[in-house]
Amino acid sequence: MFKFTVRRMLQLVPVIVGISILVFLLVHLAPGDPIRLLLGEEATPEDYERLQRIYGFDRPLYVQYFSWAGNAIRGDFGVSIRQGVPVTALIYSRLPATMELAFFSVLFAVTFGVPLGVLAAIKRGSPIDLSSMVLALLGVSMPGFWLGLVLLTYVALNVGWLPMFGRGGSVFYGIGQLFTTFSTEALFDGFRYILLPALSIGTAMMAIITRLTRSSLLEIMGKDYIRTARAKGLGERVVVFKHGLRNALLPVVTIVGIQFGVMLGGAVITETVFAWPGVGRLIVNAISQRDFPIIQAGVLMLAVIFTLVNLIVDLSYALLNPRIRYD
Amino acid sequence: MLKQLVKNKGALIGLVLIIILILVAIFAEFLVPHDPYDMDIWISYEAPGWFAEDSRYILGTDDMGRCVLSRIIMGSRVSLMVAGMATFAALFFGVGLGAIGGYMGGKMDALIMRFMDLILSIPAILLAIAIVATLGPGVVNAMIAIAIVRIPQMARVTRSMVLGIKEEDYIQAGKALGFSHFRILFKHILMNCFAPIIVVATLGMGTAIVVEASLSFLGLGAQPPIISWGRMLAMGREAIRSAPHLTLYPGLAIVFTVLGFNLLGDGLRDIFDPQLKQR
Repeated sequence: MFKFTVRRMLQLVPVIVGISILVFLLVHLAPGDPIRLLLGEEATPEDYERLQRIYGFDRPLYVQYFSWAGNAIRGDFGVSIRQGVPVTALIYSRLPATMELAFFSVLFAVTFGVPLGVLAAIKRGSPIDLSSMVLALLGVSMPGFWLGLVLLTYVALNVGWLPMFGRGGSVFYGIGQLFTTFSTEALFDGFRYILLPALSIGTAMMAIITRLTRSSLLEIMGKDYIRTARAKGLGERVVVFKHGLRNALLPVVTIVGIQFGVMLGGAVITETVFAWPGVGRLIVNAISQRDFPIIQAGVLMLAVIFTLVNLIVDLSYALLNPRIRYD
Repeated sequence: MLKQLVKNKGALIGLVLIIILILVAIFAEFLVPHDPYDMDIWISYEAPGWFAEDSRYILGTDDMGRCVLSRIIMGSRVSLMVAGMATFAALFFGVGLGAIGGYMGGKMDALIMRFMDLILSIPAILLAIAIVATLGPGVVNAMIAIAIVRIPQMARVTRSMVLGIKEEDYIQAGKALGFSHFRILFKHILMNCFAPIIVVATLGMGTAIVVEASLSFLGLGAQPPIISWGRMLAMGREAIRSAPHLTLYPGLAIVFTVLGFNLLGDGLRDIFDPQLKQR
């Protein structure tokens, strides 16, 4: 397992370098000139040159990349062209919000998707199966940000305690408060803000998990060892949960990793819908202002997080299924 | 195959949905009850017709008093065109790259596939947003962005198919007969990879439509006066309290379109791969 972990982590290096080159080039090949935009129409050529030197745009592209990447490794993503503050500080102030949203979206997707899939598989062909499959089909066909808009319109506007925009305190802070001061106020405050955004982002993933759990469990339940388990007189509950589900969940673990990227992408737009103060909204706002350092750092950050999540998923998969380690 | 398609209920519903949609897009001009560009601020934010007795607008009007139904009908064009052209382009490059990689193997294959992995390591919508942000907003750039993020999947599927087929006896026979690589690859190998590629492309259309709507929603896709569903949703968001119908109906149009492609894609997969259906 140790060897596998090390090998898998070393494989990350070229991927992350590749992502950084891609992100760097993407922004630097842009047709718009950020300095011209920043200076406006009445700038003198001297002003232009000075600013160009400050931002280092006058140097060759590869020199710019190495200096940018070198600084990025040390956690310095430069200064926001528009706001004049360090990009790293901006990203770090937004990152917890995005991560918390992602965490609760996955949590929602798994806690509802898996039981629904199991139920559908056990009651195969029943109305429960049919309706959960229809639900899953609708879930994957719905853009998350639209679901967010619908939830805002028809739920938040009708239920008094659900806010429409923004973020309260962190739910984790709320949980901390619950255990230290026995006050539920902070927890409830965080929860009511995160509920609808997490629902809109997590629904598509829930739908995919439901479908996969169902088909995976159905396949496993046809295996010989399930028949053996039944034959030796085990109760149906034990057969389904201990012998069936444990094996059926392996592909589900993989899909959570793959779908995490789709979810992060969707979160960028959903954050805009709910005015959620995360990295996604930071990027979207930076785009309209052509604030390149923020776009670079934001996209790079989310891509690296996605890569790391996939590493964790791969490792946990290898932990659950020893056969993987030796390929 | 057509018989099986009719037998598969999901695929049939999907196919019907898509055919209706394509017909609506083609004949949009003749189907719109009102001029979708006609502004009249005196009747702005009118509620949908089945709620208000005296309204002439079935799905109500928007902030400029334009007919929402007519705009949804017109908007189907941009959605289908952008998603369709992007999927076609992704198909062209993805199948080409995957086929070359799979057939040639070695360094070429490694180079192509590592590059595909790289694209896949950035969340698709995020990459599409970044690409359009770089190129500038607009229909064509949105199309390019969607095509780029869709290429890797097509390449992967094609490559895995080509890898399987190229060892078959009839391909070896073709080589022995001295056929050119080009002829073997395109005439004999790719012809036999058709089924899974069609499935991936059909399901990919659904994804492409969602990405297009997302880009337009952020103002990065089609620019006014071109009507797009994503843009309509962005406008609807501004008036979410007073005119909920502005977000509901364009979104439903997106959902039914994506649903159609998902149903057809799933159905086609069942038809092409009967083993899966047994589950």
